[in-house]
Amino acid sequence: MPGSSPGHEDRKNTDRAEGRLAMRFRRKREIGRAGLRRSLVATIISLIYFFPVLWIILTAFKTHNDALAVPPIFLFEPTLENFVSVFSRAYSKGAEAIDTGFALFFFNSIFTAGTSVLLALIIGTVAAYGFSRYPLKGNETYMFIILTTRMLPPIIVIIPIFLMFRVTGFSGTYHGLILLYAAFNLPFTIWMMKSFFDELPREVEDAARMDGSSEWHVFFRICLPQVKAGIAATAVFGLILTWNEFLFSLLLSGVNTRTVPVAMAQTIGGDIGVRWGLLAAIETLFLIPVVLVTFLLQNQFLRGVTFGTIKR
Amino acid sequence: MAEIELRGLTKRFGKMIAVNAVDLDVEAGEVMCLLGPSGCGKTTTLRMIAGLEWASAGDITIAGKRVNDLRPAQRDIAMVFQFYALYPSLTVAENLAFPLHVEKQTREQIAARVRRIAKLLELEHVLDRLPGRLAEGEKQRVAVGRAVIRDPTCFLFDEPLSRLDIALRQEMRGQIKTLLSGLKRATVIVTHDQIEALTIGNRIAVMRDGLIEQVATPHDIFATPANLFVAGFIGTPQMNLVEGTRAENTDDRLALSALGQRVILPIDGTARTLPPVGEPLTIGIRPRAFEPVNETGPDRFSGNIDVIEPLGAETLLHISLGDHDLRVVLPRGAGLRPGDRLHVRPLDGQVLVFAADGRRLAP
Repeated sequence: MPGSSPGHEDRKNTDRAEGRLAMRFRRKREIGRAGLRRSLVATIISLIYFFPVLWIILTAFKTHNDALAVPPIFLFEPTLENFVSVFSRAYSKGAEAIDTGFALFFFNSIFTAGTSVLLALIIGTVAAYGFSRYPLKGNETYMFIILTTRMLPPIIVIIPIFLMFRVTGFSGTYHGLILLYAAFNLPFTIWMMKSFFDELPREVEDAARMDGSSEWHVFFRICLPQVKAGIAATAVFGLILTWNEFLFSLLLSGVNTRTVPVAMAQTIGGDIGVRWGLLAAIETLFLIPVVLVTFLLQNQFLRGVTFGTIKR
Repeated sequence: MAEIELRGLTKRFGKMIAVNAVDLDVEAGEVMCLLGPSGCGKTTTLRMIAGLEWASAGDITIAGKRVNDLRPAQRDIAMVFQFYALYPSLTVAENLAFPLHVEKQTREQIAARVRRIAKLLELEHVLDRLPGRLAEGEKQRVAVGRAVIRDPTCFLFDEPLSRLDIALRQEMRGQIKTLLSGLKRATVIVTHDQIEALTIGNRIAVMRDGLIEQVATPHDIFATPANLFVAGFIGTPQMNLVEGTRAENTDDRLALSALGQRVILPIDGTARTLPPVGEPLTIGIRPRAFEPVNETGPDRFSGNIDVIEPLGAETLLHISLGDHDLRVVLPRGAGLRPGDRLHVRPLDGQVLVFAADGRRLAP
């Protein structure tokens, strides 16, 4: 605009910067005063929660004898033998060695969880956008029906699903498991993504329409980038849910499509007994992908779960 | 033929009629302000012109072409939204360039136009920033820039200044007026701020409950409001509206019983347009259309000062007349105190007369 003065905004920016600075100082003082005690309490509580995980990780590096030692020992000579046996064979005194071959099972877990979450995200995001932007007559009812599929414990539907998988030949296949998990993830994906879309200002989409965007263009270029955080949060929830799933995998996966939780359970018992070290090693490895994904998406994730709680 | 023509434009939301058979013409180069209280249908009218809402009935014609069934993008309109509606994930430069993506242009051509607009609106230093990191005034200028970059047939503004603070608003008001007079396009501005409408608009359409009450120039809207609603809505402080009955027949004066007094008021126009003796009517006098006089008389109001509100250059006095309050604005420094008795006489030609149904009868 001709003759506009940017000075006004500069002033405002400076004011705001000073405000931020003052706030930071205040925060530092507060931490100094009461913060130490609070941090201490927080540390103790997190240690209590984290202890079982820590114990598993420690056990993973113990020999069989160390793992079974009574009283439990904290200081020991670490060994990688458990991790080696995860991927090859597990031996036990006086029993036949068994093939573990967990490389395949880890691949299965990553593949089925990843693909099903991706599938649920693709379908769910589009569906959520539809529910949010082009409400049908009885929109709320449809949303409720979608939610009801999450209201009953999954174990109730295990027999019909098992029979359906038998008939369709989905039993023991990757695509069967992936479709099932995607279907499980879909309801909350739709619900979460709808709430993210609902929060977006409609004006921006109207503006894009006036600027010549098609409806798909509005969705892809305007709306999707704005819900990135929501997608990340939804993905993390979905991954954790699918990653830990045991029941359906136990009944519906085949010998070669078995996921880690099921395979892990099947190392228990039999001739070699409970190999705590082996189980702990599997579990330690099993934690890594989830931790990794959560950390990678952490920034987005935090924005996602706090979405709408702060005034814009 | 007008650039934008609305004929019988109607919008129903269920049983509610938001816009009721609106007729409006906006000429090329004209700035039309839609002014009215919230919920009067002004934004809905604008959105129907834009194509963001379907018209329930009536026709919208832009540049001689009926556009009712066209999508917003096909109507060759640019719009500035109330909350700016900048694309949050795109930088300022990308925001400005966004409307150009439909026109098949080279990267260099687009960049050149973005630079030109950025220079015009003093946005060159923020081109690489995301909208979230802009000051309010900058966001507003980006929104305006995104509208003007394409050179469309007409512009629509939805409450363009409502988010700015007062100082910035006054500055932008002048700038938008300059910009619009340079663009010479048919422009419709929706606002609830009468100062904005009076200063920016070439003409103003005052709306209430989905109906247009009056379309006129800012001067005419202020001087000769079509009815009681417009009279009361335009002007601060609000016009004094006093109900009474016509007392007797006189030619160029109106004798009136009001507020327990018998007042004879000077009016323009002929007595024939006035209702017969004994009929109720309402007179309207602007607070600034009084002069203080020394003593009481048949053509003046007398009362005690109730409240004094200094407005800066002027002072607003509330004069108590029975249970009615007369608002009078006098130059400051008259040395008046609450409780003082004051006599004020309406200025010649400044008294409006309205019928019982609200229509203006005279002048």
